[in-house]
Amino acid sequence: MEIKVLGPGCANCKRLYQEAERAVTQSGVAATLTKVESMEEIASYGILRTPGLVIDGKLVASGRIPLTPEIVTMITTAAVKASA
Amino acid sequence: MTSAPAQAAASAPAAPSGALRQATALTAGLAVWGLAYWRLASAADWLTTSLLGLSPSKPLGAAVAFFLYEVPKVLLLLTLVVFGVGIVRSFFNPERTRRVLAGRRESVGSVLAALLGVVTPFCSCSAVPLFIGFVTTGVPLGVTFSFLVSAPMVNEVALALLFALFGWEVAVLYAGTGLAIAIGAGLVIGRLRLEGWVEPWVYEVKPAGEGLPEESPRRTDRITAGREAVREIVAKVWPYVVAGIAVGAAVHGYVPRDFMASFMGREAWWSVPLAVLIGIPLYSNAAGIVPVVHALLGKGAALGTVLAFMMAVIGLSLPETVILRKVLTPRLIAVFVGVVGAGILFVGYVFNLVL
Repeated sequence: MEIKVLGPGCANCKRLYQEAERAVTQSGVAATLTKVESMEEIASYGILRTPGLVIDGKLVASGRIPLTPEIVTMITTAAVKASA
Repeated sequence: MTSAPAQAAASAPAAPSGALRQATALTAGLAVWGLAYWRLASAADWLTTSLLGLSPSKPLGAAVAFFLYEVPKVLLLLTLVVFGVGIVRSFFNPERTRRVLAGRRESVGSVLAALLGVVTPFCSCSAVPLFIGFVTTGVPLGVTFSFLVSAPMVNEVALALLFALFGWEVAVLYAGTGLAIAIGAGLVIGRLRLEGWVEPWVYEVKPAGEGLPEESPRRTDRITAGREAVREIVAKVWPYVVAGIAVGAAVHGYVPRDFMASFMGREAWWSVPLAVLIGIPLYSNAAGIVPVVHALLGKGAALGTVLAFMMAVIGLSLPETVILRKVLTPRLIAVFVGVVGAGILFVGYVFNLVL
Protein backbone atom coordinates (compact mmCIF):
# COMPACT_ATOMS: atom_id res chain seq x y z
CA MET A 1 0.00 0.00 0.00
CA GLU A 2 1.18 3.48 -0.83
CA ILE A 3 0.41 6.43 1.42
CA LYS A 4 1.34 10.01 0.55
CA VAL A 5 1.26 13.16 2.61
CA LEU A 6 0.86 16.19 0.35
CA GLY A 7 2.33 19.41 1.66
CA PRO A 8 5.16 21.81 0.97
CA GLY A 9 6.50 21.60 4.52
CA CYS A 10 4.19 23.74 6.60
CA ALA A 11 3.57 22.96 10.27
CA ASN A 12 0.26 21.20 9.57
CA CYS A 13 1.87 19.01 6.92
CA LYS A 14 4.49 17.85 9.40
CA ARG A 15 1.83 17.06 11.98
CA LEU A 16 -0.15 15.05 9.48
CA TYR A 17 2.97 13.11 8.54
CA GLN A 18 3.52 12.16 12.18
CA GLU A 19 -0.08 11.05 12.57
CA ALA A 20 0.17 8.97 9.39
CA GLU A 21 3.44 7.43 10.56
CA ARG A 22 1.83 6.31 13.82
CA ALA A 23 -1.24 5.03 11.95
CA VAL A 24 0.88 2.87 9.66
CA THR A 25 2.60 1.27 12.64
CA GLN A 26 -0.66 0.71 14.50
CA SER A 27 -2.53 -0.72 11.54
CA GLY A 28 0.14 -3.34 10.91
CA VAL A 29 -0.43 -3.01 7.16
CA ALA A 30 2.65 -3.10 4.98
CA ALA A 31 2.71 0.42 3.59
CA THR A 32 5.22 2.91 2.30
CA LEU A 33 4.75 6.45 3.53
CA THR A 34 6.12 9.32 1.47
CA LYS A 35 6.13 13.08 1.70
CA VAL A 36 5.17 14.89 -1.49
CA GLU A 37 6.57 18.40 -1.55
CA SER A 38 6.54 19.20 -5.25
CA MET A 39 3.81 21.67 -6.10
CA GLU A 40 3.18 20.07 -9.50
CA GLU A 41 2.38 16.74 -7.92
CA ILE A 42 0.38 18.22 -5.04
CA ALA A 43 -1.73 20.23 -7.46
CA SER A 44 -2.30 17.19 -9.65
CA TYR A 45 -4.50 15.69 -6.92
CA GLY A 46 -6.83 18.64 -7.29
CA ILE A 47 -6.60 19.80 -3.68
CA LEU A 48 -7.16 23.43 -2.74
CA ARG A 49 -5.91 23.18 0.81
CA THR A 50 -2.85 21.54 2.25
CA PRO A 51 -2.13 19.18 3.86
CA GLY A 52 -3.56 16.33 1.84
CA LEU A 53 -3.57 12.59 2.46
CA VAL A 54 -3.54 10.08 -0.39
CA ILE A 55 -3.95 6.32 -0.01
CA ASP A 56 -3.25 4.16 -3.08
CA GLY A 57 -3.66 7.11 -5.41
CA LYS A 58 -6.95 8.20 -3.88
CA LEU A 59 -7.33 11.49 -2.02
CA VAL A 60 -8.88 10.79 1.39
CA ALA A 61 -8.43 14.09 3.25
CA SER A 62 -7.43 17.65 2.51
CA GLY A 63 -7.21 20.87 4.48
CA ARG A 64 -7.37 19.14 7.85
CA ILE A 65 -5.35 16.83 10.04
CA PRO A 66 -7.09 13.50 10.58
CA LEU A 67 -5.79 11.92 13.78
CA THR A 68 -4.11 8.53 14.06
CA PRO A 69 -7.28 6.43 14.75
CA GLU A 70 -9.06 7.93 11.75
CA ILE A 71 -6.10 7.25 9.48
CA VAL A 72 -5.93 3.67 10.80
CA THR A 73 -9.57 3.21 9.73
CA MET A 74 -8.79 4.70 6.33
CA ILE A 75 -5.84 2.34 5.90
CA THR A 76 -7.78 -0.79 6.91
CA THR A 77 -10.70 0.17 4.66
CA ALA A 78 -8.32 0.59 1.75
CA ALA A 79 -6.64 -2.72 2.58
CA VAL A 80 -9.97 -4.56 2.60
CA LYS A 81 -10.90 -2.96 -0.73
CA ALA A 82 -7.54 -3.87 -2.24
CA SER A 83 -7.85 -7.55 -1.27
CA ALA A 84 -11.48 -7.85 -2.39
CA MET B 1 -25.91 35.76 39.12
CA THR B 2 -24.98 35.54 35.49
CA SER B 3 -24.34 31.83 35.57
CA ALA B 4 -27.79 30.96 36.92
CA PRO B 5 -29.35 30.00 33.58
CA ALA B 6 -26.36 27.84 32.81
CA GLN B 7 -26.70 25.96 36.10
CA ALA B 8 -30.42 25.54 35.62
CA ALA B 9 -29.87 24.07 32.20
CA ALA B 10 -27.16 21.75 33.47
CA SER B 11 -29.36 20.33 36.22
CA ALA B 12 -32.41 19.99 33.99
CA PRO B 13 -33.85 16.45 34.16
CA ALA B 14 -33.76 16.00 30.38
CA ALA B 15 -31.10 13.62 29.10
CA PRO B 16 -27.99 15.73 28.71
CA SER B 17 -27.48 15.31 24.97
CA GLY B 18 -24.35 16.67 23.32
CA ALA B 19 -26.25 19.59 21.85
CA LEU B 20 -27.72 20.60 25.20
CA ARG B 21 -24.40 20.38 26.97
CA GLN B 22 -22.87 22.48 24.25
CA ALA B 23 -25.60 25.11 24.44
CA THR B 24 -25.09 25.26 28.21
CA ALA B 25 -21.38 25.70 27.88
CA LEU B 26 -21.91 28.36 25.24
CA THR B 27 -24.34 30.33 27.42
CA ALA B 28 -22.04 30.10 30.41
CA GLY B 29 -19.07 31.15 28.32
CA LEU B 30 -20.86 34.18 26.92
CA ALA B 31 -22.02 35.17 30.40
CA VAL B 32 -18.49 35.02 31.79
CA TRP B 33 -17.28 36.95 28.77
CA GLY B 34 -19.87 39.69 29.28
CA LEU B 35 -19.10 40.00 32.98
CA ALA B 36 -15.35 40.22 32.38
CA TYR B 37 -15.76 42.80 29.63
CA TRP B 38 -18.13 44.88 31.72
CA ARG B 39 -15.84 45.01 34.79
CA LEU B 40 -12.64 45.52 32.85
CA ALA B 41 -12.16 49.28 33.11
CA SER B 42 -12.69 49.44 36.86
CA ALA B 43 -10.48 46.37 37.44
CA ALA B 44 -7.60 47.87 35.44
CA ASP B 45 -8.06 51.16 37.24
CA TRP B 46 -8.04 49.52 40.64
CA LEU B 47 -4.93 47.49 39.81
CA THR B 48 -3.02 50.56 38.66
CA THR B 49 -3.95 53.06 41.35
CA SER B 50 -4.80 51.05 44.46
CA LEU B 51 -2.68 47.95 44.12
CA LEU B 52 0.40 49.33 42.36
CA GLY B 53 -0.01 52.84 43.71
CA LEU B 54 0.70 54.54 40.39
CA SER B 55 -0.74 57.82 39.27
CA PRO B 56 -2.48 57.69 35.88
CA SER B 57 -1.31 61.21 35.12
CA LYS B 58 2.40 60.23 35.27
CA PRO B 59 4.03 58.50 32.27
CA LEU B 60 4.57 55.16 34.05
CA GLY B 61 1.07 55.12 35.49
CA ALA B 62 -0.43 56.01 32.12
CA ALA B 63 1.53 53.25 30.38
CA VAL B 64 0.64 50.59 32.98
CA ALA B 65 -3.03 51.57 33.08
CA PHE B 66 -3.13 51.46 29.29
CA PHE B 67 -1.49 48.02 29.20
CA LEU B 68 -3.67 46.50 31.94
CA TYR B 69 -6.83 47.72 30.29
CA GLU B 70 -6.05 47.10 26.64
CA VAL B 71 -4.53 43.60 26.82
CA PRO B 72 -7.57 41.87 28.34
CA LYS B 73 -9.96 44.01 26.33
CA VAL B 74 -8.32 43.18 23.01
CA LEU B 75 -7.97 39.50 23.88
CA LEU B 76 -11.61 39.27 24.94
CA LEU B 77 -12.85 40.90 21.76
CA LEU B 78 -10.48 38.85 19.66
CA THR B 79 -11.75 35.62 21.23
CA LEU B 80 -15.37 36.53 20.59
CA VAL B 81 -14.80 37.63 16.99
CA VAL B 82 -12.63 34.61 16.13
CA PHE B 83 -15.27 32.32 17.62
CA GLY B 84 -18.02 33.97 15.58
CA VAL B 85 -15.98 33.96 12.39
CA GLY B 86 -15.04 30.32 13.01
CA ILE B 87 -18.74 29.47 12.95
CA VAL B 88 -19.37 31.58 9.85
CA ARG B 89 -16.42 29.95 8.10
CA SER B 90 -17.81 26.47 8.69
CA PHE B 91 -20.43 27.37 6.06
CA PHE B 92 -17.72 27.98 3.47
CA ASN B 93 -14.83 26.10 1.96
CA PRO B 94 -12.50 26.72 -0.96
CA GLU B 95 -14.13 24.00 -3.07
CA ARG B 96 -17.51 25.64 -2.84
CA THR B 97 -16.02 29.09 -3.41
CA ARG B 98 -14.34 27.81 -6.54
CA ARG B 99 -17.63 26.48 -7.84
CA VAL B 100 -19.24 29.87 -7.29
CA LEU B 101 -16.42 31.67 -9.10
CA ALA B 102 -15.74 29.32 -12.01
CA GLY B 103 -16.72 30.78 -15.36
CA ARG B 104 -17.86 34.11 -13.92
CA ARG B 105 -17.41 37.33 -15.82
CA GLU B 106 -14.53 39.36 -14.47
CA SER B 107 -16.68 42.16 -13.07
CA VAL B 108 -19.13 40.12 -11.00
CA GLY B 109 -16.46 37.51 -10.32
CA SER B 110 -14.01 39.99 -8.76
CA VAL B 111 -16.63 41.36 -6.39
CA LEU B 112 -17.74 37.87 -5.36
CA ALA B 113 -14.16 36.69 -4.99
CA ALA B 114 -13.21 39.59 -2.74
CA LEU B 115 -16.23 38.97 -0.53
CA LEU B 116 -15.70 35.22 -0.40
CA GLY B 117 -12.04 35.83 0.41
CA VAL B 118 -13.13 37.23 3.77
CA VAL B 119 -15.20 34.23 4.84
CA THR B 120 -13.51 31.27 3.14
CA PRO B 121 -11.00 29.50 5.37
CA PHE B 122 -7.60 30.28 3.91
CA CYS B 123 -4.00 29.95 4.98
CA SER B 124 -1.21 31.49 2.96
CA CYS B 125 0.56 28.11 3.02
CA SER B 126 -2.23 26.85 0.74
CA ALA B 127 -1.97 29.81 -1.63
CA VAL B 128 -0.22 27.83 -4.38
CA PRO B 129 -2.51 24.77 -4.60
CA LEU B 130 -5.46 27.12 -4.35
CA PHE B 131 -4.15 29.31 -7.16
CA ILE B 132 -3.59 26.30 -9.40
CA GLY B 133 -6.92 24.74 -8.47
CA PHE B 134 -8.70 28.00 -9.32
CA VAL B 135 -7.08 28.95 -12.62
CA THR B 136 -7.08 25.42 -14.07
CA THR B 137 -10.81 24.94 -13.52
CA GLY B 138 -12.14 28.07 -15.13
CA VAL B 139 -11.83 30.78 -12.49
CA PRO B 140 -10.46 33.82 -14.40
CA LEU B 141 -7.00 35.04 -13.38
CA GLY B 142 -8.20 38.46 -12.23
CA VAL B 143 -10.94 36.89 -10.13
CA THR B 144 -8.38 34.57 -8.53
CA PHE B 145 -6.26 37.58 -7.61
CA SER B 146 -9.21 39.36 -6.04
CA PHE B 147 -9.55 36.36 -3.75
CA LEU B 148 -5.83 36.20 -2.98
CA VAL B 149 -5.69 39.90 -2.08
CA SER B 150 -8.77 40.04 0.10
CA ALA B 151 -8.23 36.75 1.97
CA PRO B 152 -5.15 37.82 3.95
CA MET B 153 -5.86 41.57 4.06
CA VAL B 154 -9.44 41.60 5.30
CA ASN B 155 -9.18 38.94 7.99
CA GLU B 156 -10.99 38.52 11.27
CA VAL B 157 -7.95 39.20 13.46
CA ALA B 158 -7.33 42.55 11.77
CA LEU B 159 -10.98 43.51 12.00
CA ALA B 160 -11.31 42.44 15.63
CA LEU B 161 -8.27 44.46 16.63
CA LEU B 162 -9.30 47.53 14.69
CA PHE B 163 -12.72 47.30 16.28
CA ALA B 164 -11.25 46.86 19.77
CA LEU B 165 -8.75 49.71 19.54
CA PHE B 166 -10.24 52.18 17.06
CA GLY B 167 -13.97 51.53 17.12
CA TRP B 168 -16.30 50.11 14.53
CA GLU B 169 -16.05 53.05 12.11
CA VAL B 170 -12.39 52.40 11.39
CA ALA B 171 -12.96 48.64 11.20
CA VAL B 172 -15.70 49.13 8.62
CA LEU B 173 -13.56 51.64 6.73
CA TYR B 174 -10.69 49.20 6.64
CA ALA B 175 -12.88 46.32 5.47
CA GLY B 176 -14.51 48.47 2.80
CA THR B 177 -11.29 49.86 1.37
CA GLY B 178 -9.56 46.48 1.61
CA LEU B 179 -12.36 44.93 -0.44
CA ALA B 180 -12.20 47.80 -2.91
CA ILE B 181 -8.46 47.25 -3.41
CA ALA B 182 -8.99 43.51 -3.91
CA ILE B 183 -11.76 44.08 -6.46
CA GLY B 184 -9.80 46.81 -8.24
CA ALA B 185 -6.62 44.73 -8.41
CA GLY B 186 -8.58 41.78 -9.83
CA LEU B 187 -10.25 43.95 -12.47
CA VAL B 188 -6.96 45.53 -13.55
CA ILE B 189 -5.07 42.24 -13.72
CA GLY B 190 -7.99 40.62 -15.55
CA ARG B 191 -8.17 43.45 -18.06
CA LEU B 192 -4.44 43.28 -18.76
CA ARG B 193 -4.79 39.64 -19.92
CA LEU B 194 -1.73 38.40 -18.13
CA GLU B 195 -2.48 34.67 -18.31
CA GLY B 196 0.73 34.29 -20.32
CA TRP B 197 2.74 35.55 -17.33
CA VAL B 198 1.69 32.68 -15.12
CA GLU B 199 4.40 30.02 -14.95
CA PRO B 200 3.65 27.79 -17.96
CA TRP B 201 3.55 24.50 -16.01
CA VAL B 202 0.54 25.69 -14.04
CA TYR B 203 -1.86 25.34 -16.95
CA GLU B 204 -0.47 21.90 -17.75
CA VAL B 205 -1.53 20.51 -14.38
CA LYS B 206 -4.43 18.15 -14.88
CA PRO B 207 -6.21 17.95 -11.56
CA ALA B 208 -7.17 14.34 -10.97
CA GLY B 209 -10.61 15.03 -9.62
CA GLU B 210 -12.98 17.39 -7.95
CA GLY B 211 -11.27 16.95 -4.62
CA LEU B 212 -13.34 15.34 -1.90
CA PRO B 213 -17.10 14.98 -1.70
CA GLU B 214 -18.48 17.52 0.72
CA GLU B 215 -20.09 16.69 3.98
CA SER B 216 -22.31 19.27 5.53
CA PRO B 217 -21.48 19.77 9.21
CA ARG B 218 -24.15 19.58 11.91
CA ARG B 219 -24.90 22.50 14.20
CA THR B 220 -22.84 21.08 17.06
CA ASP B 221 -19.91 20.70 14.67
CA ARG B 222 -20.14 24.37 13.80
CA ILE B 223 -19.84 25.42 17.41
CA THR B 224 -16.90 23.07 17.72
CA ALA B 225 -15.45 24.76 14.63
CA GLY B 226 -15.73 28.11 16.40
CA ARG B 227 -13.98 26.71 19.47
CA GLU B 228 -11.26 25.17 17.34
CA ALA B 229 -10.72 28.51 15.61
CA VAL B 230 -10.31 30.22 18.98
CA ARG B 231 -7.88 27.58 20.16
CA GLU B 232 -5.83 27.71 17.01
CA ILE B 233 -5.81 31.42 16.22
CA VAL B 234 -5.87 33.02 19.65
CA ALA B 235 -3.17 30.65 20.87
CA LYS B 236 -0.97 31.70 17.97
CA VAL B 237 -1.70 35.38 18.09
CA TRP B 238 -1.84 36.39 21.75
CA PRO B 239 1.92 36.90 22.25
CA TYR B 240 1.85 39.41 19.38
CA VAL B 241 -1.07 41.19 20.96
CA VAL B 242 0.71 41.47 24.30
CA ALA B 243 3.98 42.57 22.70
CA GLY B 244 2.21 45.04 20.42
CA ILE B 245 0.28 46.57 23.29
CA ALA B 246 3.42 46.72 25.45
CA VAL B 247 5.14 48.76 22.74
CA GLY B 248 1.97 50.76 22.34
CA ALA B 249 1.83 51.39 26.09
CA ALA B 250 5.40 52.68 26.14
CA VAL B 251 4.63 55.01 23.25
CA HIS B 252 1.45 56.04 25.00
CA GLY B 253 3.19 56.94 28.24
CA TYR B 254 6.55 58.29 27.09
CA VAL B 255 6.45 59.62 23.53
CA PRO B 256 5.48 63.29 23.51
CA ARG B 257 2.18 64.23 21.96
CA ASP B 258 2.48 65.30 18.29
CA PHE B 259 5.85 63.61 18.03
CA MET B 260 4.66 61.57 15.03
CA ALA B 261 2.96 64.52 13.38
CA SER B 262 6.11 65.74 11.65
CA PHE B 263 6.78 62.53 9.72
CA MET B 264 3.57 60.54 9.74
CA GLY B 265 1.22 63.49 9.83
CA ARG B 266 -1.10 64.69 7.13
CA GLU B 267 1.18 67.49 5.92
CA ALA B 268 4.06 65.21 4.99
CA TRP B 269 2.99 64.07 1.49
CA TRP B 270 5.72 61.44 1.28
CA SER B 271 4.64 59.72 4.46
CA VAL B 272 2.12 57.44 2.71
CA PRO B 273 4.52 55.93 0.13
CA LEU B 274 7.18 55.66 2.82
CA ALA B 275 4.77 53.81 5.11
CA VAL B 276 3.92 51.38 2.28
CA LEU B 277 7.58 50.82 1.39
CA ILE B 278 8.47 50.11 5.00
CA GLY B 279 5.39 47.94 5.41
CA ILE B 280 5.96 45.48 2.55
CA PRO B 281 9.09 43.70 3.82
CA LEU B 282 7.91 43.84 7.44
CA TYR B 283 6.21 40.68 8.41
CA SER B 284 3.83 40.68 11.25
CA ASN B 285 0.30 39.56 11.58
CA ALA B 286 -2.39 42.10 12.29
CA ALA B 287 -2.22 41.24 15.97
CA GLY B 288 1.19 42.78 16.45
CA ILE B 289 0.81 45.74 14.17
CA VAL B 290 -2.56 47.22 15.11
CA PRO B 291 -1.68 48.15 18.72
CA VAL B 292 1.49 49.90 17.56
CA VAL B 293 -0.40 51.72 14.85
CA HIS B 294 -2.97 52.73 17.45
CA ALA B 295 -0.30 54.29 19.64
CA LEU B 296 1.24 56.15 16.68
CA LEU B 297 -2.15 57.57 15.79
CA GLY B 298 -2.49 58.92 19.31
CA LYS B 299 0.76 60.83 18.83
CA GLY B 300 -0.23 62.72 15.72
CA ALA B 301 0.19 60.24 12.86
CA ALA B 302 -2.53 60.52 10.23
CA LEU B 303 -5.17 57.79 9.92
CA GLY B 304 -4.65 57.32 6.17
CA THR B 305 -0.92 56.84 6.65
CA VAL B 306 -1.25 54.27 9.40
CA LEU B 307 -3.98 52.36 7.55
CA ALA B 308 -1.77 52.25 4.46
CA PHE B 309 1.09 50.99 6.61
CA MET B 310 -1.06 48.27 8.09
CA MET B 311 -2.42 47.15 4.74
CA ALA B 312 1.09 46.95 3.32
CA VAL B 313 2.28 44.87 6.27
CA ILE B 314 -0.48 42.28 6.21
CA GLY B 315 -1.78 42.50 2.65
CA LEU B 316 1.44 42.65 0.66
CA SER B 317 3.76 40.57 2.74
CA LEU B 318 7.05 39.41 1.36
CA PRO B 319 6.60 35.77 2.48
CA GLU B 320 3.38 35.50 0.50
CA THR B 321 4.92 36.90 -2.66
CA VAL B 322 7.80 34.45 -2.24
CA ILE B 323 5.29 31.59 -2.02
CA LEU B 324 3.41 32.86 -5.09
CA ARG B 325 6.66 33.13 -7.04
CA LYS B 326 6.33 29.37 -7.63
CA VAL B 327 3.36 29.94 -9.91
CA LEU B 328 3.87 33.51 -11.12
CA THR B 329 6.64 34.87 -13.28
CA PRO B 330 8.61 37.79 -11.79
CA ARG B 331 6.83 40.15 -14.19
CA LEU B 332 3.44 39.10 -12.90
CA ILE B 333 4.65 39.38 -9.30
CA ALA B 334 5.76 42.92 -10.08
CA VAL B 335 2.36 43.77 -11.57
CA PHE B 336 0.60 42.24 -8.57
CA VAL B 337 2.68 44.18 -6.02
CA GLY B 338 2.44 47.34 -8.14
CA VAL B 339 -1.33 47.22 -8.54
CA VAL B 340 -2.07 46.37 -4.91
CA GLY B 341 0.53 48.89 -3.71
CA ALA B 342 -1.06 51.61 -5.85
CA GLY B 343 -4.44 50.78 -4.37
CA ILE B 344 -3.05 51.07 -0.85
CA LEU B 345 -1.41 54.42 -1.66
CA PHE B 346 -4.69 55.69 -3.04
CA VAL B 347 -6.53 54.64 0.13
CA GLY B 348 -3.90 56.31 2.30
CA TYR B 349 -4.12 59.61 0.46
CA VAL B 350 -7.90 59.62 0.30
CA PHE B 351 -8.20 59.17 4.04
CA ASN B 352 -5.62 61.80 4.80
CA LEU B 353 -7.51 64.22 2.58
CA VAL B 354 -11.02 63.44 3.70
CA LEU B 355 -10.64 62.87 7.43
